[in-house]
Amino acid sequence: MTKEYKTIIEISGPLMFIEKTEPVGYGELVHINLPDGTTKRGQVLDTSADVVAVQVFEGTGGLNEESGVVFSGETIKLAVSKDMLGRILSGSGEPLDGGPRIIPEDRLDVNGSSMNPYSRMPPEDFIQTGISTIDGTNTLVRGQKLPIFSGSGLPHNEIALQIARQAKVPGSEEPFAVVFAAMGITNEEAQYFMQDFEKTGALERAVVFLNLADDPAVERIITPRMALTAAEYLAYEHDMHVLVILTDITNYCEALRQMGAAREEVPGRRGYPGYMYTDLASLYERAGVIKGRKGSVTQFSILTMPGDDITHPIPDLSGYITEGQIVVSRELHMKGIYPPINVLPSLSRLMNSGIGEGKTRDDHKAVSDQMYAGYAEGRDLRGLVAIVGKEALSDRDQRILEFADLFESRFVRQGRDEDRSIEETLTIGWEILSELPEALLTRIDNKYIDKYHPAHKSN
Amino acid sequence: MKGEIYRVAGPVVTIMGIKPKMYDVVHIGHEGLMGEVIRIQRDKATVQVYEDTSGIKPGEPVVNTGKSLSVELGPGLLESIYDGIQRPLKVLQEKMGDFIDRGVTANGLDREKVWEFKPVVLIGDFVKGGAVIGTVQETMNIEHKIMVPPTVSGTVEEIKSGKFKVDETVCVLTDGTEISMMQKWPVRMPRPVEKKFIPNRPLITGQRILDGLFPVAKGGTAAIPGPFGSGKTVTQQQLAKWSDTDIVVYIGCGERGNEMADVLNEFPELQDPQTGRPLMERTVLIANTSNMPVAAREASVYTGITIAEYYRDMGYDVSLMADSSSRWAEAMREISSRLEEMPGEEGYPAYLSARLSEFYERAGLVKSLAGEEGSITVIGAVSPPGGDFSEPVTQNTLRIVKVFWALDAKLAQRRHFPSIDWLTSYSLYTKGLSGWFAENVAPDWVPLRDHAMELLQQESELQEIVQLVGSDALPEDQQLILEICRMLREYFLQQNAFHPVDTYCPFDKQYKLLKAISKYSDMAQASLEAGIPMKDILSIESKDELAKVKFEEDFEGALNVVMEKMDKEFAALGGN
Repeated sequence: MTKEYKTIIEISGPLMFIEKTEPVGYGELVHINLPDGTTKRGQVLDTSADVVAVQVFEGTGGLNEESGVVFSGETIKLAVSKDMLGRILSGSGEPLDGGPRIIPEDRLDVNGSSMNPYSRMPPEDFIQTGISTIDGTNTLVRGQKLPIFSGSGLPHNEIALQIARQAKVPGSEEPFAVVFAAMGITNEEAQYFMQDFEKTGALERAVVFLNLADDPAVERIITPRMALTAAEYLAYEHDMHVLVILTDITNYCEALRQMGAAREEVPGRRGYPGYMYTDLASLYERAGVIKGRKGSVTQFSILTMPGDDITHPIPDLSGYITEGQIVVSRELHMKGIYPPINVLPSLSRLMNSGIGEGKTRDDHKAVSDQMYAGYAEGRDLRGLVAIVGKEALSDRDQRILEFADLFESRFVRQGRDEDRSIEETLTIGWEILSELPEALLTRIDNKYIDKYHPAHKSN
Repeated sequence: MKGEIYRVAGPVVTIMGIKPKMYDVVHIGHEGLMGEVIRIQRDKATVQVYEDTSGIKPGEPVVNTGKSLSVELGPGLLESIYDGIQRPLKVLQEKMGDFIDRGVTANGLDREKVWEFKPVVLIGDFVKGGAVIGTVQETMNIEHKIMVPPTVSGTVEEIKSGKFKVDETVCVLTDGTEISMMQKWPVRMPRPVEKKFIPNRPLITGQRILDGLFPVAKGGTAAIPGPFGSGKTVTQQQLAKWSDTDIVVYIGCGERGNEMADVLNEFPELQDPQTGRPLMERTVLIANTSNMPVAAREASVYTGITIAEYYRDMGYDVSLMADSSSRWAEAMREISSRLEEMPGEEGYPAYLSARLSEFYERAGLVKSLAGEEGSITVIGAVSPPGGDFSEPVTQNTLRIVKVFWALDAKLAQRRHFPSIDWLTSYSLYTKGLSGWFAENVAPDWVPLRDHAMELLQQESELQEIVQLVGSDALPEDQQLILEICRMLREYFLQQNAFHPVDTYCPFDKQYKLLKAISKYSDMAQASLEAGIPMKDILSIESKDELAKVKFEEDFEGALNVVMEKMDKEFAALGGN
């Protein structure tokens, strides 16, 4: 009953056009049989009574007018099962690890559906990553989407892996899984991730989707959707807390631009399609917690900012959708500080609902705000020192300058395997804050100063 | 009339075989997805579809409703949470679970709920369009006025009293017209009013920098542009929480799902400072998050403003927050590009400016058809790419709105919240509202505020010098200005939205706080002139203590203690 059409009239870039078809559904999955016996897959982008446009995932190389086209009659679906854990799949969901095909418990549309805002539970469970600059000043909570904004040559992969290793909800034993989707990263980078997963045993509770740099760019458009579909399945059907790592969003957006250009669309800023915001939102928004269900999807995407420019459309549009961002700084990296997270442009929008009494500690917000204020002022003063010299500063300013140095060397800097508890993070915070005169601690309520300030705290 | 689908390309579908009017609502395909006609070309018409079109095929049927996109207006709007085309999210959840499916219709107003209708007209009365025929107690504090639809008038032949559902007839006119408590109104058409006035009263928000420095009038328009992370949404939510209007319409247009969940969670818990009732009782929420269909996002803004106009017509003060108008503009851009229209600046359609001004123009202080005075204040968030205010949406918005609250990422990074830049923001209402302030706040409020603004202006100039030579090189009186400005910034302008006391600051408290800083300034000035060393003036303890009085439950008490101490400390220095 499935007809094979041999009516391709045009092939251009990743697109092909077929005429004289029966009615074809928008977004349908397409199988293409090449004359040499190989098959490719594609998706319907535009359908009309006269002509159908298809984007071909594996690239149009080798396609000709002789090729046969079969419309599957359904949209792209992913076979999902709990047995996916521990498996390595291609960017379009085929096994890469030599193992058997996934025996599906269900087949789900990879585009998912949007979660009803009314069904959402506001995220508020603190996730301890063991990294002070995240836990202390940009707290991650379950169901949040918090990307790393990084640049080429910076250790964002190490940070992501450290988080994947260390992330936990203190005092909770609930099942936890990692879904890792690589989009256009190099083989070397992929190996680095895989080795670390294997070494730490994380692979057993991970599902890996790999679209590498030499895989077709079009495939990148469905890779994250596959990954998120798997994540949603594990979270909402199997009550798992899933951490999704998508890397690298920049490659994904490049693929999107490539497709837009092939379709001759009117480009938006810097040639990226005008719908990039909506498209990215359809990925990022697939994070959250649903009322009455146990699992959750938390997203930790990696994005390399072209030219370290945070106003570039990719980080810019991402920042408007995600619930904050962790910014990796070249300057701190050059100083040899790991993890080189610059807290000033970093932000976690859901921090306030995940911290405080009963969650982390009552003084958390005050300590964080005070450190921010001090560090921001200290960094400004560094600029001034470069012009007038340290001696020209008032005593107060010198203390703040020293605080900024301490903040970087004690609070930001930590070991690659150093897993700090939130208590430890806050203790370090108080230790460095106690180097400032008390009158400068205007953002901390007196009761916390009495309770936690090393000079007051009664042991 | 039935037609069929010719072409499907994402949210844009071409149909043929029927002759619709522009903006008619049509149902597409076997599942009956809702869409709106946006272009007609010969025998074909283009439709923007409010739901996902995956799997929809050419040849599937199309049905024209012959009506344009309308909202249902009547009791039951308050406390509701709608998507962009007024489907209640709660009903959608009951019908299709936690994820939004398609092809499901849901009425904007609950057809089963019964309301107590009290008539206010008698048989034989002549009622014109917009006249009030009865009332319904919608929530504890809001009396919903049932009005004759604006296009209807006549003599009352029958008027009922008692309990009715929204679609039951409560009044019949002599020409046979039946009037129920519910009316429908097309969203793209402003509801008519008798007359518009120049706004003359401030919208009190409890936010010091807004009320104090850059007030917006009831019936006015304001824009909050800012890069991501600068606090647009928090500011919008603060306004939705604390504005002293009767009704709040909050449109989450293309924003984050978790943020909407937060609003949905928080609003029923919070109390309206004016009435002590839950905030939700005066609120209508419209949530069309960024991953919900883009065409419905385009419609959400119109749905919101039409509901706002309906309450305004009853004589209420309404404030409408649109977060974010940039997402709305982007939805327009996306649809426009799918229509292959000639793009204007940065790919936005050439009609962007016209659409924005049409929307903001629906704000205003008016006399309604029923003769009531009501207002709509529109506050639009703008999300400029890269925080660059020269982009088209920000620029076109600024040409229309009267108040500009510029958010600044630098301030946000320093945790100076609300991070509204006092040097670039402005309000064109300041002058017009001066009389009101003098009468209702304090006679010296306006000069006090103007002086503070002047100092902050001077500070920015002085800072440039400090950047070059350090603050110690400045003459002492200028060092004092820097100190006063630091106090203004930290004690007055900074406000903690998450602190139970500081989140809302009544006008009286704003005045006293500013007055206290001004008093220190005067005494310090006098002491300096009397030759007291700068160091001593700066080390006054009560000055630092002033920083925390805004957080005290007993503000008056705490302030008095600090101010008495300040008097003593200055006296001890001599000079005063």
